[in-house]
Amino acid sequence: MLLTIRSLTKTFPGTVALDDVKFDLAAGEVHALLGENGAGKSTLIKCLTGAYRPDAGEITLDGRRIAPRSTGEAQELGIGTVYQEVNLLPNLTVAQNLCFGREPRRFGMVSSRGTKAMAEEMLEGYGLDIDVSRDLGTYSVAIQQIVAIARAVALSGKVLILDEPTASLDAREVEMLFDVVRGLRDKGLGIVFVSHFLDQVFDLSDRVTVLRNGNHVVTEDIAALNRVRLIEHMLGHALEHEVEDHTTPHDGTAPEREAMLHFTDMGKRGVIESFDLDIRKGEVVGLAGLLGSGRTESAELLFGLRGATSGTARDQSGPLKLDSPRAAIGAGFGFAPEDRKTDGIVADLSVRENIALALQARRGWARAIPKAEQAKLADMYIRRLDIRTSDAEKAVGDLSGGNQQKVVLARWLAMNPRFLILDEPTRGIDVGAHAEILRLIHELTAEGMSLLVISSELDELIAVSDRVIVVRDRRHVAELTGADVSTETIVRAIAQHGEPRDGEAA
Amino acid sequence: MPPSLRRVMPQVVTLLAVCGLVTVFFPGFLEIHMSDGRLVGPVIDILKRSAPVALLATGMTLVIATRGIDLSVGTVMAICGAVAAWAIAGGMGLGAAVALALGAGLLAGLWNGTLVAVIGIQPIVATLILMTAGRGIAQLITEGRILTFTHPGFAWFGSGTLFGIPVPAVIWIVTGILVAQLMRRTALGLLVEAIGINRRASALAGVNALVLLIAVYMASGLCAALAGIITTADIRGADANNAGLWLELDAILAVVIGGNSLLGGRFSVAASLLGALIIQTIDTGILLAGFPSEYNLVIKAGLVVIILVLQSPRIATEWYFWRRSVTEGPPPVSRAKEEAR
Repeated sequence: MLLTIRSLTKTFPGTVALDDVKFDLAAGEVHALLGENGAGKSTLIKCLTGAYRPDAGEITLDGRRIAPRSTGEAQELGIGTVYQEVNLLPNLTVAQNLCFGREPRRFGMVSSRGTKAMAEEMLEGYGLDIDVSRDLGTYSVAIQQIVAIARAVALSGKVLILDEPTASLDAREVEMLFDVVRGLRDKGLGIVFVSHFLDQVFDLSDRVTVLRNGNHVVTEDIAALNRVRLIEHMLGHALEHEVEDHTTPHDGTAPEREAMLHFTDMGKRGVIESFDLDIRKGEVVGLAGLLGSGRTESAELLFGLRGATSGTARDQSGPLKLDSPRAAIGAGFGFAPEDRKTDGIVADLSVRENIALALQARRGWARAIPKAEQAKLADMYIRRLDIRTSDAEKAVGDLSGGNQQKVVLARWLAMNPRFLILDEPTRGIDVGAHAEILRLIHELTAEGMSLLVISSELDELIAVSDRVIVVRDRRHVAELTGADVSTETIVRAIAQHGEPRDGEAA
Repeated sequence: MPPSLRRVMPQVVTLLAVCGLVTVFFPGFLEIHMSDGRLVGPVIDILKRSAPVALLATGMTLVIATRGIDLSVGTVMAICGAVAAWAIAGGMGLGAAVALALGAGLLAGLWNGTLVAVIGIQPIVATLILMTAGRGIAQLITEGRILTFTHPGFAWFGSGTLFGIPVPAVIWIVTGILVAQLMRRTALGLLVEAIGINRRASALAGVNALVLLIAVYMASGLCAALAGIITTADIRGADANNAGLWLELDAILAVVIGGNSLLGGRFSVAASLLGALIIQTIDTGILLAGFPSEYNLVIKAGLVVIILVLQSPRIATEWYFWRRSVTEGPPPVSRAKEEAR
């Protein structure tokens, strides 16, 4: 084995990012590293490249134990990395980028002719026909990626880590990049490939290792796996595993009720293909799909956060205008976003002010909500949602993640919306708060509120949803209702591939 | 102590300390007497002379609270002063001249606000455009001359008195109170702070960040227009080159001495006004104390550095721990160290 990792452990305050993880990389193989967000992929990579020091465990390269303390040291040992965002300098020439830090010198000065020759030599065998004396920024991202790979290979030459290299490439560019990677594999490099695109994993990899919640789940040859099995490993559900909660859908009559909101042909070019969606009163619609599949984008479209290029929205009384969050809020919508730190809370404001913010924005600046009334509102939600804070005047930024999430929820509940979108409402919060938020969702629908819930946790989604819509590759591909809602059907829909209509679209 | 008073305590203490310091060098500093129905004395003079910076600082506080900055206020003063002088010299009435000057200030603010909020240019760059180009506009209005006029009615804004108090002092104090009340009695203060801390999250909660941003720059322009009117009325002429020159920096300094963060968020107009008073007290005090004029800038800079160091959060933390260790005995850490020895 070229690279072996044994019982690698890394903890951060409050979480175990990697727990006794093992990983092997042979020379001349492409080894895919998979897992949902927070599974520990990037922590593992950062331990390899010296960005983090592991707490326990050992890494051996060519049979020698290594403990890189910086990316520079890792490079010298032979481990090079290429990231999704090209880590080069677009305002320098291709040649300068390739030779950066080890420019050929002549009389103590950097020799531009020598640099050019060296760069051309480095790019040999990559199938690129480019002028190395032009600025890197003038070339496409794909070419920049290949240049980054060429630099990493020339500097390191044993192990190449590709961290989501294809995220911003189109199909033709991906193929170009993969040809380069296959060439390097055949030369005997060990390549670690991280990607969210399963097609590409199947296309390129020889073996797959799946991580989940910081644990090693499985390492297998790609030939021994199919998509369904792979996704099961990633999400952590065996298909036979039935979820108890779902045997009693919380309101069997919801799917038959009259629709309250109709969204027709909603879509935005290049972001999400147009979809139809009806929301009934008191119903919970779940949105399932892998990360980057277009779940969040769908929600943002409904909330007016991204201008839709097509589509109409209406309720019983007529068409709705949804061109901005303000307009959506005016229509009685609410949206608790996925990234609560940047999109949800206003960190330096108090719990009270954060809860009152949306209500105040709707009332307009001239009619301030009296402080006593704000305090009453805040105290009510602190009690009702069990927000753990010393008092309502504490800055929200000082609360824990779960409690911040509850404050954002309280902000919307105070508005009493008829349609509330929850994007990953339970991400990154502890088990107790988790259960409370699920209980809250049940309570809200009982009061007649309609919800759209996005979640990566299928158990949770199934437990709360009356209906589940599956999103894959930026389109809504399936709608499951009633008894059809199960982990099995959802995973199938996510994994579904090569069906005739997909073939046409692709 | 109510929270609003506790917020401005450091500035009040600083102002009193500076006043005390000046009194040591110039014992007559705090004397005030009546003469011809108007109050006279160094303190009254400071109240009058701080008018431009205090007005600019009022608007600047709001802009900085949104995480912005307005470098153009000094220039806007010059433009508005030029407009007022042009209107007076052209024979228009007092009301028309004041209205035109205020309108010019609002227009300048609208320009800045549009660049920042709609087009998305960084505030420091967006307002730099008007800061440099605006002097040219002011020169075009005055046709390159110092535009003088004689109009006792308009001059009253600069040198008149109201109930014995200089009119410029009345204008900035009233403006400051109005703005502070407007911010705290309505929800404007909260909404401005919210967009300053997290514009995206605020917009998602339905706050109209676009309109609010434009509004604070217009408020800043309006304050600059008032300052321009006062300066022009005081010298009975519009000097496009020198009116308000570098005053934007004093205004920013006043806001910072007022303890407001340049990163936006929580703000206090009252604290900024105290900051403006502190700056003017230092300026006037150095002159009164009789130092040779070449020392002025150095002494001012030294005092400002001392004030800012004393107000820095780090010193505040150190001070807190020092005080605690004095009242409760040495902290356990140092005891452990002694045992180790």
